[in-house]
Amino acid sequence: MFGLVDGNNFYVSCERVFQPRLEGRPVVVLSNNDGNVVSRSAEAKQLGIAMGAPFFQVRALLRQHQGQALSSNYALYGDMSRRVMARLSEQVPGVEVYSIDEAFLDLHGMDTWLGPLQARVRALRQDVLACTGIPTCVGLGPTKTLAKVANRLAKNYPELQGVLRLDSDSRRERALRALPVGDVWGIGRQYAQVLLSHGITTAWALAGVSEAWARQHLGGVVGWRLVQELRGQPCQGLQPSEDGTLARQSIRCSRTFGQRLSHFDELWGAVSSYLSRATEKLRAQGKQAHLLTVFISQDRFDTRVPPPYTRSATLTVPGGPTSDTLRLLAYARRLVERLYEPGRVYVKAGVVLDGLEPAGRGQQLDLFAPAPGAAPPLSCSNNRSQQLMQQVDALNRRFGRGTVRPAAAVVAAGQPVPWAGKAQHRSPAYTTRLEELLWVK
Amino acid sequence: MATVELVEVGPPTTTLWIPLFASLVPAGFPSPASDELEELFDLNRLLFRHPEATYLVRVSGESMKNAEIHAGDLLAVDKHLEADHNHIVVAVVEGECTVKRLVRRGQSWWLQAENPDYADYEIREPEQLRIWGVVTHVVHELLPGKLTALLRSRD
Repeated sequence: MFGLVDGNNFYVSCERVFQPRLEGRPVVVLSNNDGNVVSRSAEAKQLGIAMGAPFFQVRALLRQHQGQALSSNYALYGDMSRRVMARLSEQVPGVEVYSIDEAFLDLHGMDTWLGPLQARVRALRQDVLACTGIPTCVGLGPTKTLAKVANRLAKNYPELQGVLRLDSDSRRERALRALPVGDVWGIGRQYAQVLLSHGITTAWALAGVSEAWARQHLGGVVGWRLVQELRGQPCQGLQPSEDGTLARQSIRCSRTFGQRLSHFDELWGAVSSYLSRATEKLRAQGKQAHLLTVFISQDRFDTRVPPPYTRSATLTVPGGPTSDTLRLLAYARRLVERLYEPGRVYVKAGVVLDGLEPAGRGQQLDLFAPAPGAAPPLSCSNNRSQQLMQQVDALNRRFGRGTVRPAAAVVAAGQPVPWAGKAQHRSPAYTTRLEELLWVK
Repeated sequence: MATVELVEVGPPTTTLWIPLFASLVPAGFPSPASDELEELFDLNRLLFRHPEATYLVRVSGESMKNAEIHAGDLLAVDKHLEADHNHIVVAVVEGECTVKRLVRRGQSWWLQAENPDYADYEIREPEQLRIWGVVTHVVHELLPGKLTALLRSRD
């Protein structure tokens, strides 16, 4: 049996732990730059505020109902997520942290030893609530996909009290009939359209397609696995990472700027700071990247701007995978130079590191690499660059993020960072900064 | 003939703690204490009985001064512990967090200040009040330091 635990409107719940006056009122958390709604309290959902709605469209409605909009506070959400995951790991042997507010649980064999599973899961929810103040819902099912289905229904039907178990065929059928096909885990917008055009509207209908049909229309074996999972035949297990953090297939760091940028230096400053953050994450996972992608975007809501709004360039890192910030910066600069067009106005940029593999495993030697002893063009020797990066990471850990950063990402003292996003309604980092702890009378 | 291979030992990567017993090592005569080196005791282990459930909060005001809790002090608050009679707790009253002593008088429960200038608060409707956590430790600065500086910058 698999379980999927997720935090109910997680970001809002984190805020409410430290601002209890927000209980019972409509509350939303905004995306980076205070742009769109990314988390809604139940009260905000009842007001009809949609996920992703632009802030300016809902501001008046919130004010009218004594609601509150908050800038996202990832320092707080990250620490609360760590606490939730730690409580889960303490009580369940197999936990896969799937996202900041979701974790899969491996509950196989637990009925036998620890009594009825549902009672056990209720206790687990209670424990997470007591220790962190975060309410959760849990879906249980024979496959990860069904656990996800069960979780979704548990969230939508309060009378289930946060736990739903899809154990019998009749329950599974009832649940799948109630679920639109586009809401199935792994069915994206494009597959949903394909399915709808074939008259497949519910998860139940999807579970009934033939193997040949699934392979043909849903991307081969992946689609067939999904169908089998819906039928209750497990095709995937947990993918726990050793340190409990989510080891990703790719690392992405992108932001919308607080203001429009058109100077190359400002744009490059933004990209270089995102890249140095991304490579820091890469090293923290002990990985190296083969592929570097840089993208810069213009405002797609600006009618004067012709598409394409986003231009991107991808480069296979010459000389094999790396986690060296300096090397990647040199390549990224060339990519930005190629993408940048003078006179255009940019609102967003980002970098993606792909093709990740563990550092130092069976590296392919490069036929065209400079002979040992000759100075390579873009970086110092591998070993020394590793030492340098270790020192940079150590300094940033000790003295705070951004203590050592690429020169392009440094602005003159006292000047605002041109690409920094707006966050006018951010709550304090209640759990991670001494200066910002909660005050009690 | 035997070959001797020199293996380079890399620099240490772990955090260095200040050793409890540190002494100069005279050449030729090793310190008898060097086998007894211990790591500095980590204060977090004292403050965080349940690390994931413990939160640090700061005190404003003197409503708890007779319990040796003063403005600017740092409190370790454990949400895992169940609050009981005579515990000092952080409670949510009318949407605000407050630190008070939870006491039972006969059949009724009270949030009691430890300062005669402050009135006690009777918990009339249990659903109106939520216990946020139980205070397990107080960190009070006797010489002005970081906590005091932060308190002053707040005023």
